[in-house]
Amino acid sequence: MTQPITIALSKGRILKETLPLLAKANIEPREDIFKSRKLVFDTNQPHIKLLVIRATDVPTYVEYGAADMGVAGKDVLMEHGARGMYEPLDLNISRCRLMTAAKVDPAPTRGRLKVATKFVNITKDYYARQGVQVDIIKLYGAMELAPIMGLADRIVDIVDTGNTLKANGMEPLELIAPISTRLVVGKPSMKMKHGQIQPIIEQLSAAVEEARGQEIGA
Amino acid sequence: MSIADRWLLPDGVNEILPPEAWRVERQRRLLLDLFHSWGYDLVMPPLVEFLESLLTGTGNDLDLNTFKVTDQLTGRLMGLRADTTPQVARIDAHSLNHQMPTRLCYANSVLHTRAANMLASRTPLQIGAELYGHAGVESDIEVICLMLETLRHAGIDNLTLDLGHVAFYRALVDEAGLEPDQQSELFNLLQGKALTEYNALLERLSLDAPLLEKLRALPALNGDQAVLARAQALFGAGKGAVAEALADLERIADTVSRRFPGVALYFDLSELRGYNYHTGVVFAAFTPGYGQPLAKGGRYDEIGKVFGRARPATGFSADLKVIVEQAPRVENQPRAILAPLDKDPGLGDEVARLRGAGERVLYALPGQETLDAEDLGCDRRLVQRDGHWRVVPF
Repeated sequence: MTQPITIALSKGRILKETLPLLAKANIEPREDIFKSRKLVFDTNQPHIKLLVIRATDVPTYVEYGAADMGVAGKDVLMEHGARGMYEPLDLNISRCRLMTAAKVDPAPTRGRLKVATKFVNITKDYYARQGVQVDIIKLYGAMELAPIMGLADRIVDIVDTGNTLKANGMEPLELIAPISTRLVVGKPSMKMKHGQIQPIIEQLSAAVEEARGQEIGA
Repeated sequence: MSIADRWLLPDGVNEILPPEAWRVERQRRLLLDLFHSWGYDLVMPPLVEFLESLLTGTGNDLDLNTFKVTDQLTGRLMGLRADTTPQVARIDAHSLNHQMPTRLCYANSVLHTRAANMLASRTPLQIGAELYGHAGVESDIEVICLMLETLRHAGIDNLTLDLGHVAFYRALVDEAGLEPDQQSELFNLLQGKALTEYNALLERLSLDAPLLEKLRALPALNGDQAVLARAQALFGAGKGAVAEALADLERIADTVSRRFPGVALYFDLSELRGYNYHTGVVFAAFTPGYGQPLAKGGRYDEIGKVFGRARPATGFSADLKVIVEQAPRVENQPRAILAPLDKDPGLGDEVARLRGAGERVLYALPGQETLDAEDLGCDRRLVQRDGHWRVVPF
């Protein structure tokens, strides 16, 4: 019996890099995801459906069992905690670094360090492990603005090229974790639909290896 | 204080209302009767105990999950139970002190400081059974079969049994001689099958090649029964805890697939649910549509030691509220009889007779006579005809 499989995909840049991998694993949406405003997509395999949602919602869908599998950045998974799911495959796409950053010539800090970030849990955990007590300011975007306006001393954010930091007179400091996009599988789904899920993991794994080979070849 | 503050229940705390409450209670009775028919004796442990007795041998998770209060008589800390198993283990080791195998069951509320998962309530109605005093796989099989029978009894047919065993991980970690910190990091990565980080950590540990190979292969040891053969090939045949664990899992699988042919089997030899206190086989039952185990358990041979007597132990537990929620709904039409308020002594006798025969009879209080059957939940009424009280449809 073929059980239905739902895969939750992260919108945006990750999605553009995920679809070719899925295509190599013979999972292709029946219509152009980028031209549609739908949220659920059928695929060439009748039992597989794709959801296209905000990256931060992917682990939630998988944890509740609303999706069997998901594609999400390691940053999102770390922040969420992702306890109810397995993380069997690094898709090796959308690679970047999660870093602390500060103004190039910062004024000396008085009292506790103030850190602006959208990654509240990761930041708390990181500084605690460094033995540093910090005050965290939750922001939803444009972290770089916080130190400029004197709202925070540091920021914790994703750094790709570092150009945004540079343009705002800031520099990256410590590396918290290298980030890449992961395939996650809900624990109950893995247990109940192993026969369907394992082949998808293997095909995606082969697709990732092939892409990695091309990267090295090029 | 706004009006909302007065009726709002705390997060994760729920009450069970009619008609659901009867459904839960009926299920509780049915399941306790089932346990009774399997020879399990009911225990009713106290709601609060001294913290030490509640938490011994169970690890840090249960401690964080337990609400605490100070005992005004002794100044000692007491805990509101977050899990009944340690209480039952204490009862077996200390209060009963039997030498022979002892079968105990329970059904009571527990309280969690934090919900066990996103779907869970903080006030589960825990129901479970424990078997003490026998170390062999036979008692594991009995408890697993009782767990499956429990769910089948409740009408939940579409089940997957998830089987694991702590021996594989424990053997490898012992061989590797890891520090506690490294152990806990490895454990967390393995539970999430976070293979990138898991393999990176293994690299850093500089282990022998054969051991490294086994640890690398461990997270992939999951799937159908063929996993056992793969594990055999990896660990090699022979004696010792690992070989015994494989033989035990084989026997459990054979018995379960014979007695419960509809139950799907899934093996995961790196699944270590409750690793802190489990010492042997670990198991859980899943059903589609519910993203958490419906019932789970395992062997925990060491837990009685802290109460003065180590006894082999195996058992399972489940949240009765979840079982009822997942069980197929049978919509019962209301079945009750409305009796008028009448001074005739014959009426009182007839009502008593009907109630004795298991009927639900309620008197129409003044003002209720004009309500219709649906409002009262009645499908019949008592009327007097020719001097006799008779039951007629509404």
